[in-house]
Parts: sequence; structure tokens; C-alpha cells
Amino acid sequence: MDTELDPSARPPLLVLRGIVKQFPGCLANDHVDLQIGEGEIHALLGENGAGKSTLVKIIYGVMKPDAGSFTWRGETRTVASPAQARALGIGMVFQHFSLFEALTVSENIALGLNDPKDRENLPARIVDISTRYGLPLDPTRAVHDLSVGERQRIEIVRCLLQNPKLLIMDEPTSVLTPQEVHKLFATLRRLASEGCSILYISHKLEEIRALCEAATIMRLGKVVAHCIPAEKTARELAELMISAKLKEQSFSHKTISTAAPRLVLDRLTVRSNQQFGTDLKDISFAVAPGEILGIAGIAGNGQSELMDALSGEIPAGTPRNIMLDGAPIGHEGPRARRRRGCCFLPEERNGHGAVGPMTLAENGFLSAHVRGALDRLGLINRKRTQEFAAQVIKTFDVRTTGPRAEARSLSGGNLQKFLVGREVLQQPGVLMISQPTWGVDAGAAAAIYEALAQLAAAGTAIVLISQDLDEILLLCDRIAVIAAGKLSPPIPVREATIETIGLLMGGDHTAEEKHAVPA
Amino acid sequence: MLFRLEPRGLRSDFWSYGSPVLAVVLTIVTMGVIFAIMGAPPITGIETFLISPLTSPGGIGSLLVRAAPLIMIGVGLAFCYRANVWNIGGDGQFTMGAIFGGGIALLLPNAPFWWCYPLVLVCGVLGGMFWAGIVALLKLKFNANEILTSLMLVYIAQLILVWLVTGPWRDPQGFGFPQSAMFGAGATTPDFGTTSIHLGCVLAPLLAVALWLVMSRSVLGFQLRVVGQAPRAARYAGFSNARLTWIALLVSGGLSGLAGIIEVTGPIGQLTTTITPGYGFTAVIVAFLGRLHPVGVIFAALLLALSYLGGDAAQISLNMPNSITNIFQGVLLFYLLGVDVLILYRIRRVKPRIVEPAV
Repeated sequence: MDTELDPSARPPLLVLRGIVKQFPGCLANDHVDLQIGEGEIHALLGENGAGKSTLVKIIYGVMKPDAGSFTWRGETRTVASPAQARALGIGMVFQHFSLFEALTVSENIALGLNDPKDRENLPARIVDISTRYGLPLDPTRAVHDLSVGERQRIEIVRCLLQNPKLLIMDEPTSVLTPQEVHKLFATLRRLASEGCSILYISHKLEEIRALCEAATIMRLGKVVAHCIPAEKTARELAELMISAKLKEQSFSHKTISTAAPRLVLDRLTVRSNQQFGTDLKDISFAVAPGEILGIAGIAGNGQSELMDALSGEIPAGTPRNIMLDGAPIGHEGPRARRRRGCCFLPEERNGHGAVGPMTLAENGFLSAHVRGALDRLGLINRKRTQEFAAQVIKTFDVRTTGPRAEARSLSGGNLQKFLVGREVLQQPGVLMISQPTWGVDAGAAAAIYEALAQLAAAGTAIVLISQDLDEILLLCDRIAVIAAGKLSPPIPVREATIETIGLLMGGDHTAEEKHAVPA
Repeated sequence: MLFRLEPRGLRSDFWSYGSPVLAVVLTIVTMGVIFAIMGAPPITGIETFLISPLTSPGGIGSLLVRAAPLIMIGVGLAFCYRANVWNIGGDGQFTMGAIFGGGIALLLPNAPFWWCYPLVLVCGVLGGMFWAGIVALLKLKFNANEILTSLMLVYIAQLILVWLVTGPWRDPQGFGFPQSAMFGAGATTPDFGTTSIHLGCVLAPLLAVALWLVMSRSVLGFQLRVVGQAPRAARYAGFSNARLTWIALLVSGGLSGLAGIIEVTGPIGQLTTTITPGYGFTAVIVAFLGRLHPVGVIFAALLLALSYLGGDAAQISLNMPNSITNIFQGVLLFYLLGVDVLILYRIRRVKPRIVEPAV
């Protein structure tokens, strides 16, 4: 693995050395080095949570690094705000656009320009730039009837009007059709040939190999490699990015059970209720008692929608889309599903799995009152509620002052242990859990893995949705990959390779076809 | 020297309860300045406004009579706001309660108290529920913002009342005044001896305590709090947002309606065009000043009730305009909202520094 900076023939535009950014409980950037040459298209590659966004926010002046140097065209600088970054010549196109739907293209662009001088002849200049770079835009159209690709062009033109030297693009193709991607690449190559450097953030390996001259690969806050993407295969890039090193714990992967499945999803199709959500298309799988099915995938590919559909927060299209022990439950809400023996834990702790300003006892009541019979005649049974919370705290070694502590007073890992414990102690027949160890330290993670493995050994069917591939490979019996709202057919973990999983994560359908007929 | 607001990260428990007290203090200081500008000695002004109403004969009674509707509407609103449902149409629900209950009372001028009075109260409650139910229906069916619909329904209710008392329900023996006949003895809220204190003054704090128990002990109250603090967690728990929106609005509407019917069957004794000096709006301040806590609402209602009496006193002995009450309430709400910043932020003094040029 090549960790030296790539000796590039191009004069460096931006050099970052030893960037450190510490968040509470998480070192987001750990001595990160990055060098971008003039006119270079440079890829920043990594999984979610690898520290890409933090690094980009530091470059764009949104965040201040704790340590490290920032050298721009040979001069050391500090960038304290996005306005300063723009003044240097750094432009950024965010993944989620900030546009006013009711206003026209040129009105939206004018709103982003601080200097009144820049607003002169704006429509003419928009047309000029957009034709020059192959970004057709009509400045008089209202944003609300433009496609996503056209909206992205507005953001790009807004940056280009300021003659940037460095253009940062955050996951630009995640919202585009293949044809739009093709056009975007032509534009970016043209820009680079005119001397504008581009920092291209993505996890789509083939795109990066096709477009970028150099790449910096990050994992868990550290740079793991600098390389030339065209010289690597997609497999090599995937390995660098996800580096599936097994943890010391190990659990035996069971062979596929022949028992009747407890939970069956049959062509579940759900429209997302979020603005930038992912629709689920034809999701099918079955989980047997005692089995742990892992669902891998990069964030935002439909995991939260799948969790909402499993828990009943979003009803399925027809009741038979979700079957529990042979009974259709797709139409039922979370309480009815709990009564049938399902338990759920969504990815987001704050405000979804738990209510921060409420006590642990109340948070225990939140999901456990149905199965734990913590209420009586419409009143909260305070004694039993306290006892249940105390039992979770004791069994799962939650470090807290007791059931009366507010959930938000606990560290992320401790709260997660409490929440996992709350679901596990209800002894569910089926447990659906998402990101059980997100932001959790190694000790707490090991405790959570142990609890899940024991639960499975006792006969619970578990669906584990996670972006942490290590976790899935460690714990699960079978693995399926969700990409763009579609789920690949599950395969036994023992037969899965990093290469196929990586390609499935990037949405490569040829790999999916290979899976359909396992050798 | 510069000051900067810095996020605390966590809510400050001290300022959650300290901010209403500070807001009251700042309001009193500001009122002193306003009295001075208007030509009254500040100390005398404040004494007249806040102290004299309590020391005058019958003062406490008047205070309780004014506070009763504020408590009843205020606890209902606090209940509603806890669930993140922003009903600000308490005045309209109050008016509708008076109309529904008052209509029954006019229909039965000679009915005996033992069944007539409870019937009148129930109809008042139903009237308020009906008016708030429209808000719930519009919100859930058409996603209409309840702040706007509940406010607009206030004016509709008032116009209906004006139409009734100048038209079909006008007292034939009333010399053409826009008012209904006086209610019969069977539809009059009982009062205690020679004081002006009536049944509502006793009922209101009892209702506040009852609602406090519902909020803190019942599954329903738990559901309301979860839906208000974390709507996604409520969905995860399986609590129905629609059901809770209905309950929140019906309970607060019913309590406002009850306040309305008790007001017209008690202190007023008939339907007139002006049955409320804006109790429903003042109750919004009451709910927030009381930290959306039913018991806090009782204290807040007493203070705001005092502002009505103080306005009368200032008018009589200092020649101030009656709108001094509105000024007091407005200034209080202003400070309360402003000081609440301290719950989430602290004030930091920062040294001025030379800002580096960008390029």
C-alpha cells in the first residue's frame, strides 16, 4: 500500500499536512495529508464516517482544524469561513442543494453572490458560462420545474461565476442519471483542462477510475493510501476503502437453517417519505429462527426506509409484503408488530430510538410497555417501569446514575447499550436492528455483539442493517447488499468476498448477476 | 467590549425556571420606565398597578375571578402545546362554549338548577370542543396550519356571537342593547356568600391538578410528551399522531369552552358582544410563563389576572389608558421569549480582535 504522497508533475495548488479534527468521542481526521495539483481531478474516497466530509468542511472553511497546515499556492493560510474560502478561489457543490423552488435560476444564483458587482448582466453571464461548459440552463426558468440534474447545474454555474481555482464536488452523481453523469464528466474534464482543480468525493469506484487522475483514500479518519486510480482495479480500491479486517471476537457462522422462516419479505416496495430519500424496490428475503441476516450497503441507499418499513412506521403496500410466522403484517403499526413478538431499534438514537430529555425509565417504557406490560388501566406502572430500566442497566452494564437519569446525559455508547438492552430483554421472536454499534467504543460493541449472538442462539431471527462490513462479516450468517433501494439476493457470509460485496455496494449490477447463480 | 451568544449544548435547568422570574422582573422595570414617560412617578405607578388591586377590599376575590378563566384555558393550551399542537384560538373556543351553553340556558329559563346547570356546562364544553375540532380536522385532513386556522376561527366565533345577540337572541326587554336576556337561576354559576368568588375559581385549580396528573402519570400524557419532544420516536413507539392531535385539541377546546360558559353564567350573567377581554390570547402567555406545567399555569394566571385589575386601577387613580394592561402583557411576552435564549445559550464576553483580511 502506497502511503507516500504521489510525486506529481503538476505544481501543487493545495497542500494539507497533518490535519487533525477531534469531535467528542471520535477522531474524525487523524493527521490527514492531501495534495491537489493545479488542473488535477483528485478523488477523495472512503466509506461513510471515514472523515471525508470533515476534511472537506475544513477546506471550505466551515470547520476549523485542531492542528495541521493549509498551504494554498505555496502560502500558508487559515480559512476561517466559507466566504474566505470563496475569496481564495474555492467553490463547493454540496450533495443537497440550497435552492428556492419558487425563484428563477438567475434569482437563485444572484442570492448566492455577495458582491453587487457580480450581479450585473447576470442572465447573460449565466448563459455564457453554461454554454461554454456544456451546462445548458435557461436563467428565466423557475427552479421548481427543473430536473435534479438541472438543479445541480445551477449550483455548478454559481461556483463557476466566481472563477474558482478549486471546485469541490460532494457525491455529485448520487442524484444523476447515467446520461447526466456522462455530461457532467465532460464538463469537469473541460474545467480541469483550463486549469481548475477538482476535488471529487465519491465512493463509486468505477467513476473514480474513469475520471480522476489521483486519489486519496480515507478510512476511520486516517489516510490509508494515495494512488492513481487508473492503475488500480475496482477490487483493490474497494479493499483499501473498506479493509475488512476481522475483529478479535469470532462467532461461528451457521449453515442456512432449514426451519420455516419467521420473517419473510416478499417484493416489498415502498416510496420514501423523505425529500432526499430512497424508494425501496422489490425487496425480498427470509430469516429463519436463530439466523442473523446482515444487510450491508453505503448510507442513504434505502436502509432507513427499510427499517421504517420493518418496524411499521411506513406501512407496506399490501399486508402480504411482510409475513411473520406465516401471518401477513405489512399493514400493522409498530405496536401491533411488537405484540406479535417483533422488536426494532432504528439507527438514529436521538429523537428516534430514544427521547433525549426523558429519563431512562421513560425511554424504557417507550418501546417496552407493550411486551413488558408496564402500563395498567391507562396509567404508567411506575414501579415496573423503574424495575425494567434498572434491569437493563444492570444486565448491560450501562454506566449511569440510574433509571432517573436523562437519556441525553449518557454517552453515545452507553445509551446505545441501554437501547439494545431494552430490545433484547423483551426477548423478541424477531429483532430488526440498524447500526447497533454506531459511535460505540470497542468494549461496548463487543458487549452488544455478545448479546445479539446469544439472542440468536436462543432462537430469535435477527435482521442486522449495518454500514460496518466488519460487523456483518463477524456476526451474520448470511449477507445481502442494499444499493439504490434494491437488495441483492442474500448469500452465506462464508462464500462472500470483499470484491463482490464492494461492487454490490457501488451498485454494480453485473456483480449482482454473478450472485444470482453462485458457483 | 463585545458579547457573544454561545450554545450551551444542553438545556440549562436553572434558566428553564429562572427565565420566567427574570422576565417578570424586567417587565416590572420596563413598566416603571413607561409610567415615568407617561408622567406618573414610577414607584407609585407600579404600586398602583401591581399592589393596590390586592390590598383593596374584595381585591383577592376579583383576582380569583379574573384568574379562573385564564387557568382553565391556560392548562388546556399547555396540554396542547406539549404535544406540539399550536392552538392559539382559545378565545374562539371560549366564545363558542359561551354560545352553546348560553343557548341552552336561554332555552330553559325556568329549569331547576340540579339538572339545568350541569347540562349548560356540558354544552359549553361541547361548544369549545366543536370549535377546536374544526382545527383538528383541517390540520389532519388538509395539513392546514393550526396556528392560522385556530386564529381565524376566533373572529368567526366573535361574529357569530355579535350576530346572535344583535339578532335572534336579543333580549326583547333589553331596550335594543346588543345583549341576551339574563340567564335564569337554574343556569347561574353559584358564588360564595358575599364575595365575588364563584364555583369556577375552585374548579380551575382542581382541573389544573387533574391535568397535571394526566400529563405525568398516564400513558396518554406520556404519548403527548413524546410526540411533542420527538415526533419520530412517537412514530417508532407506535403512537398515533392523528389521535393525539385530536385529543390535544379537543381537551384544550373543551377547557376553553368550559371557561366561556362559566364566565357568562357567572360574572356576566348573560350573553353580550364582549364576553372576553382576550382571555384566550392572554392564556397563551399564561401557558408559556407557567412553563407549560399545569401548576406553573396557576401562578402565571394569577399574575396576568393582576394585570387586568392593575389596568383598571391605573385608569382610575393615575388617569392612564386602559391599554396599559395590553402593554404589560406584551412586554412580558417579549421578555419571556427573549430571556428563554438563556436556556440554550450563555452570554460570553469576547475581546475584540483584528480580523485578518481574507486574501
